Amino acid sequence: MEITCINCPVGCLLQVEMAGGKVLSVSGQVCKRGEIYAHQECVNPTRMITAVVPVAGSQMPLSVKTEQPIPKQDINKCMAELAAVQVEAPVRMGEVIIRNVCDSGVNIIATKEIARTV
Amino acid sequence: MRHFSREVDVLIVGGGPAGLGAAIAVKENGIDNLLVLERANFLGGILGQCIHNGFGLHRFGEELTGPEYAQRDIDRVKELGIEIQTETMVLSVGEDLVVSAVSSKNGMQLIKAKAIILAMGCRERPRGALGTPGTRCAGIYSAGTAQQFVNLEGYMPGKRVVILGSGDIGLIMARRMTLQGAKVLACVELMPYSSGLNRNIVQCLQDYDIPLYLSHTVIDIKGKDRLTGVTIAKVDDNRQPIPGSEKDLECDTLLLSVGLIPENELSQGAGVDLSPLTSGPVVDDSFQTSIPGIFTCGNVLHVHDLVDYVSEESFKAGRSAAQYIKGLLPPADTVQVLDGEGVRGTVPQRIRLGQEESIALMFRPSGVFRNAVCTVTSGGRQIARKRAQIFTPGEMVTINLKKEEVAALSDSVTVSIERSK
Amino acid sequence: MYTDILIIGAGVIGCAVARELSAYEASITVLDRACDVSEGASKANTGLVHAGFDAEPGSMKAKTNVRGAAMFQDLCEELGVPYVQNGALVVGFEEEDRFVLEGLLKRGEENKVEGLKILSGKEALKLEPNLNPNISYALSIPSAGITSPYELTFALADHAAVNGVSFQFNQEVKNLNLDEDGLWRVTTNQGEFTAKILINCAGEQSAVLHNMISAEPLHIIHRRGQYYLLDRIQPVPFERTVFQCPTKMGKGVVVSRTVHNNMIIGPTAEDIEDGQDTSTTAEGLKTVVEKSCLTWPGLALRSTISNFSGIRAHEKGGDFIIGEVNGAKGAYEAVGIESPGLSAAPAIGEMLRGLIVKKEGLQKKASFVPPIKRPKPFNEMTVEEQAKAVEENPLHGHIVCRCEVVTEEEIRQAIRRPVGATTLDGVKRRVRAGMGRCQGGFCSPKVIDILSEELNLPKTEITKSGGQSYLLTGNITDALKGEE
Repeated sequence: MEITCINCPVGCLLQVEMAGGKVLSVSGQVCKRGEIYAHQECVNPTRMITAVVPVAGSQMPLSVKTEQPIPKQDINKCMAELAAVQVEAPVRMGEVIIRNVCDSGVNIIATKEIARTV
Repeated sequence: MRHFSREVDVLIVGGGPAGLGAAIAVKENGIDNLLVLERANFLGGILGQCIHNGFGLHRFGEELTGPEYAQRDIDRVKELGIEIQTETMVLSVGEDLVVSAVSSKNGMQLIKAKAIILAMGCRERPRGALGTPGTRCAGIYSAGTAQQFVNLEGYMPGKRVVILGSGDIGLIMARRMTLQGAKVLACVELMPYSSGLNRNIVQCLQDYDIPLYLSHTVIDIKGKDRLTGVTIAKVDDNRQPIPGSEKDLECDTLLLSVGLIPENELSQGAGVDLSPLTSGPVVDDSFQTSIPGIFTCGNVLHVHDLVDYVSEESFKAGRSAAQYIKGLLPPADTVQVLDGEGVRGTVPQRIRLGQEESIALMFRPSGVFRNAVCTVTSGGRQIARKRAQIFTPGEMVTINLKKEEVAALSDSVTVSIERSK
Repeated sequence: MYTDILIIGAGVIGCAVARELSAYEASITVLDRACDVSEGASKANTGLVHAGFDAEPGSMKAKTNVRGAAMFQDLCEELGVPYVQNGALVVGFEEEDRFVLEGLLKRGEENKVEGLKILSGKEALKLEPNLNPNISYALSIPSAGITSPYELTFALADHAAVNGVSFQFNQEVKNLNLDEDGLWRVTTNQGEFTAKILINCAGEQSAVLHNMISAEPLHIIHRRGQYYLLDRIQPVPFERTVFQCPTKMGKGVVVSRTVHNNMIIGPTAEDIEDGQDTSTTAEGLKTVVEKSCLTWPGLALRSTISNFSGIRAHEKGGDFIIGEVNGAKGAYEAVGIESPGLSAAPAIGEMLRGLIVKKEGLQKKASFVPPIKRPKPFNEMTVEEQAKAVEENPLHGHIVCRCEVVTEEEIRQAIRRPVGATTLDGVKRRVRAGMGRCQGGFCSPKVIDILSEELNLPKTEITKSGGQSYLLTGNITDALKGEE
């Protein structure tokens, strides 16, 4: 498979040879970071998810994030859980909004303070 | 004599990352009588709506979301007991360092300052500045406005989206809209390259199978009431649409991410000299403008790629303003910093002579240069160089002048990018 | 619904007529198919108050233009609408243009326009140093002026409304009939109106309506004019409005400052099929720039903030048609009102009022409410006045539109006016929020909030300009939940 390295603006196009879920070889990178990235991205791609959720008692929605990256294939499930979540103001920054989202072992936490305004 | 509501040593216009950083530095450098004026009802500026992560890697060694990054400066400002007025709009800045500002709470204030730091940030280029023809229907927003609707108000501006421009805000919004259930049909970029980060192209477009059309633009906007579609076309080397390459996309929303413009109407009113290249004030290495006592930093000076560098710059500007108040920043002769080949809008534009501090020169490359060298020359001598695999307009380049070289300066300085042979 | 007088069209003509007649004993209703007043040609033109040198002597255009222009100063003063008599120049670049300019001068003098004078290129450059130095001659028209066409229309509408005129929007006329008892029956998409007196001021649609009730058909050609509007941060290059001398290459474009010190350049003149197609085209905009550069070599396109087009209703015969509709009792009209329609509007209002009052025997009301003068915009106040305004009303201390410095109080007032804004564009044209260089990028979310509050509507029902022009499509979780 072919992926673009995201480490720097060069954006090396990496050719990754895979077999049995394992990386056999990586080529196309101009530096070592490309190889590390290819291993991670091809074997277990993960993403940080950030979003906002409505908050009862506030005009402004609450911004949230996954505390750690979650598996890339869980993104839609994660968003569905976020769409269903009920949050009430006030909220502290860092407060856990969803524990163990999509069974990933990762929590979703608040990234800002929300005061009660309504 | 005019009656002033109050007098302060340093007045800072803007409570975004630049204004907060400058305020912290002013206070930490021993000036207590300072005031920050912010027009919004919250601090942190545009970071508040940048809920994605990736901020702070350089400054804090960790990846934060925009609101988290802002909170660190807000906490520090509060800790230092710096006075802030939010929901206060500065209406004018005078050459005499008198600022008029208005708010519901405090009414009209006329504030006399000994030094002013301009930190108003930038705004997005609107559709009207592009001259894109078509109708004037609803559904056309700049990407940042859409970001405000989604992230600060909790509303969706549309369902089927085309994005014009592949700057980072456009890319980030492609993902944001997709995650909230909208369909993003395409990201269309006039240039043959994207000015966005590779990471964003991969994680905001490729992850969601959103096609990126390079060397394309929107040539028509359709829809009587709400947008019903746009026509895109491939462009030639002169950025002119190529007949026959048109393609219609049915959409209800067009987001524009086509450039940021430093917001210098106040600076202009004060009579500060502006650079046509950066659209920001002309400054020396202390971030002082052409008017003594008026300093500036952040996106109002030149549009940055990373907030980390905005903070770094604002600390320097804040420190300079403090020195100015203490009389430690005497007027000095300066040499010019000139843009050479491949370089556009170097900041600062002037370097003071007779000092001994290292200086960071920052600029945007004028195109994509692979395997190239950035050099700084003065008086026919090379005084700094930096090699890189790639220089692109999307990434700001910083090149440092060592203090020995600064001390030895006597002639103008030229920054250029040379392709390696 | 019955009304004594039914006016179709809430543009500058319909509103001028409504205001004139509102001083008389009659119930008056104004219908418009759009969601607001001034939604047609009245919102998208150059905003010039022509002196009247251009029209064919003796024509209805010449007559109403010269009379209308003479009324402008007092009318704008009374209504609190911006008006500046900035003068105009018609410039030529060839030696032979002198003859054309002399022809215009002669025609102007026949129309009784005062102060006309031919200038040498040098004299013209002395007046306007930023003109193309290749200018050969210019015709100076000191009595020409500029106004804000939509602000004038809003003010006329408001004044009519405080005197009892009812405005009904989103009413598209489908049919007109004179029934047996001599009443006009007007069917719209929303219902039916009956009226004793019918006045057709329907602009681009005026011939269609005319042809429904007259055996002598009229024909409107839709003439589109495209414009660029420039940021007002730069000092205006010309105090005067600058026309180009018509040549065998065609009619030139106008370069003019507006009353708000933006520069406006245009229009093109393209005859198009669809009278509602106000789109701009790449070709049209290019023409505007190329022609404008001839007048103004220093034009820098980087300062454009908007482009738009307006449709002028050009009647085939070339003149305004104002008066009674032949063979249709109680029906009056103003058809084919293109340029100089804005300049002529006060006179057209006066003329139709005079005719109708006489023909229909209307009686003057005992009391006529004077106009609510438009308050001075915050942006134009002195610092002392601003301080006082905020003290009196703290909402003046909240600046919503930073580019044009428009306060929350001004936006709320725009919505609460007698014929108040109901849309984002309505607010924009009344108080300029969103009219500046960021084109509403920063303030539209706030203006939507205020509209939603004032009109008591959910934010998703606020529109840009009525109809289906919704600004928001739902809240952030709607789309995700919809998928489940």
